[in-house]
Amino acid sequence: MPTKEEIFERIRGALVEALGVDEEEVTPEATLVGDLGAESIDFLDIVFRLEKVFNIKIPRGELFPEDVLTNSKYVADGRVTPEGLAELRKRMPFANLDEFAKNPVVQDFGNLLTVADMCRFIEGKVEVTG
Amino acid sequence: MRWYWIDRFLEFESGRYAKAIKNISLAEDYLHDHFPGYPVMPKSLVIEGLAQTGGLLVCEYNHFTEKVVLAKLPRVVFHCEAYPGDTLTYTATINYIHRDGAMVTGTSHRDGQLHAEMELVFAHLNGEHQNKVFYEPETYTRMMHMLRAYEVGHASDGSPLLMPGDLTVGAPPKESTTR
Repeated sequence: MPTKEEIFERIRGALVEALGVDEEEVTPEATLVGDLGAESIDFLDIVFRLEKVFNIKIPRGELFPEDVLTNSKYVADGRVTPEGLAELRKRMPFANLDEFAKNPVVQDFGNLLTVADMCRFIEGKVEVTG
Repeated sequence: MRWYWIDRFLEFESGRYAKAIKNISLAEDYLHDHFPGYPVMPKSLVIEGLAQTGGLLVCEYNHFTEKVVLAKLPRVVFHCEAYPGDTLTYTATINYIHRDGAMVTGTSHRDGQLHAEMELVFAHLNGEHQNKVFYEPETYTRMMHMLRAYEVGHASDGSPLLMPGDLTVGAPPKESTTR
């Protein structure tokens, strides 16, 4: 049962290996896409490493609900609709969507996820001590 | 030319690891461009050989029902060069295999000396590619047969490795496995 600190360290290790960044660059506020340079294929790599290091399963779309962003029910003219935002909030309780909600352009969504969001995501899936 | 960057499997343990060799020969055209008068095995083709070793290992795990592609190389390190007359031994080991792909560690040895080491991430194409046919399964099994995989290979229970036609047709893809 890892502590929150251990969860952060293991996530940091996975991101250093997957993205080739230095440890110092992986801060809780860093965004995966904007600050750490993650591309779409990197998310597959990151999910594999997180599953292995935490011994958990991360179903497709659970960390990054790409199916919402490509659903015409939730997206119109390149922007996420109010229904889409509600669905994203439901699917991503670990992320803070308030800033994105002010101007919900689909193309900007990729830059939403921070390292802290990933920590909260993992904390929701494992038993945390301390 | 034919796009074969390994010549024979030495070992093949389904779902675990595979070992194959690549013999470098002056009869291969590309060596005379890389470089003229000083032939050196291109590192990109060593990576392709390891991708074929690991890729067939990952393909076989799901009985060639998944479309496996090399998606990413998180880390590649070369320690020395390789030349005509060398035999490279490639070892691909599955670290993690999943419904969406696999992570494989690869090494290349040149006469017992570590030549290269790398991580390879394979993805299973689905979604929009679900119903497309890239290759018939027979293409892969023909390649496995030519590379002698069925002569040296073993299933996870130690029994001889069998071609998919001998197995239950339409077996579902297996769950993820951590090594």
